[in-house]
Amino acid sequence: MRKGRIMKEPKQLSVSAIQNGTVIDHVPANTLFKVIQILGLDHIDNQITFGTNLESKKLGRKAIIKISGIYFEDEDINRIALVAPEAKLNIIKDYEVVEKRVVEVPDSITGIAKCMNPKCITNFESVTTKFKVVSKKNVALKCLYCEKITTQENLQII
Amino acid sequence: MKNRSLVSIDDFSTQEIIKILDLSEEFEKEPTRKLLEGKVIATLFFEPSTRTRLSFESAISRLGGKIVGFSDASSSSVSKGETLNDTIKTVNNYCDLIVMRHPIEGSARFASEIATVPVINAGDGANQHPTQTLLDLYSIRKTQGTLDNLNIFMVGDLKYGRTVHSLMMAMARWNTTFNFISPVELRMPDEYKLYLDNIGLKYYEHTDFTDIISKADIIYMTRVQRERFSDPIEYEKVKNVYVLRNTMLKNTKPNMRILHPLPRVNEIHTDVDKNPKAYYFEQALNGVYTRQAILCSLLGIK
Repeated sequence: MRKGRIMKEPKQLSVSAIQNGTVIDHVPANTLFKVIQILGLDHIDNQITFGTNLESKKLGRKAIIKISGIYFEDEDINRIALVAPEAKLNIIKDYEVVEKRVVEVPDSITGIAKCMNPKCITNFESVTTKFKVVSKKNVALKCLYCEKITTQENLQII
Repeated sequence: MKNRSLVSIDDFSTQEIIKILDLSEEFEKEPTRKLLEGKVIATLFFEPSTRTRLSFESAISRLGGKIVGFSDASSSSVSKGETLNDTIKTVNNYCDLIVMRHPIEGSARFASEIATVPVINAGDGANQHPTQTLLDLYSIRKTQGTLDNLNIFMVGDLKYGRTVHSLMMAMARWNTTFNFISPVELRMPDEYKLYLDNIGLKYYEHTDFTDIISKADIIYMTRVQRERFSDPIEYEKVKNVYVLRNTMLKNTKPNMRILHPLPRVNEIHTDVDKNPKAYYFEQALNGVYTRQAILCSLLGIK
């Protein structure tokens, strides 16, 4: 590295604060893109900034997503609970955090998860998976098609 | 129940089950009626199941309905690579109700979402076979006069047996006491025992049944299959333990009846067949009445 460059004013890439919108914090770094996909953030025109592989005492490496101009309904945001159970939401209005929310595993899950039963119809035809959540703490999902249980250890996100 | 599908026994409330059983009784008295005249029923058997198919077709024929369908997937467009989605969408246009047997679990629920006509699940892999459960319930009520407070012995393969799981879950609605008799390898899965624990029903597990069957109201036999054992020696050890013989029935209750979903191989010795407590062939006949009741209920005819 050339010496002269270090002497210059260091360039800083900062993830700026948002005026109005939602900050999703404490997303595990390895599920960041799943969260983006589940919330459909890859299909919207709003300004979004995210950082990943940030240090976190709780998660090891975490990610953070800032979405300008969007507030989520509980029902929508809870869909990320399977991949980011520790996620915390900061609701921002006029640069101020006006509300903090946590995500909760919903009573039913549509899409997102894969049924672990290799003989289930959802693994043969193009069917959106549907599950009833039979346990929230140690997540257990009952497939509404084959009626088999998919447990946390066997949980695969589609 | 008009225009509903029957995919899983849990789809029906206790009242609805009783309604089906009452209606089955009516059909037993008068099984040949022109109630399905002008109706076309599709019987789609993606895997062969001669007994179930013939029972359905007999039920339909006796009521004057017409049958379209196939008896195994090789004679359908599935062999050309058609998806289940497309098969159901097409067949839906040709009939008033679909009876479907398919090796993939959950296929019946999927079909019922696609079809606009009612779908009856005639077995979806290891998952559900609700018409078998209803005919079992009918046979139990008919022979015992009630479904309440019975002592049911389930014998054989309780781990993989779809019929015993569904029957157990259904009978749990009527304060049943269960005795599970099986080799250790083929015990009733924990999830079902947990269910009984949660609702406070008693069950007992045994590995042999010769000394205890005097308490039984119903003995429900199933086949212990060689291929379920990872160690063939284990199979050899147990294969004769779960065979019911006429001599074993001496001290059983007078009301006791032996049920079996059939086909039987050797788990009920043929010397039992002549015993008035053997009920498995009548049970198969009851399947026709029960299926008539189900068909007519879902079509809104009865």
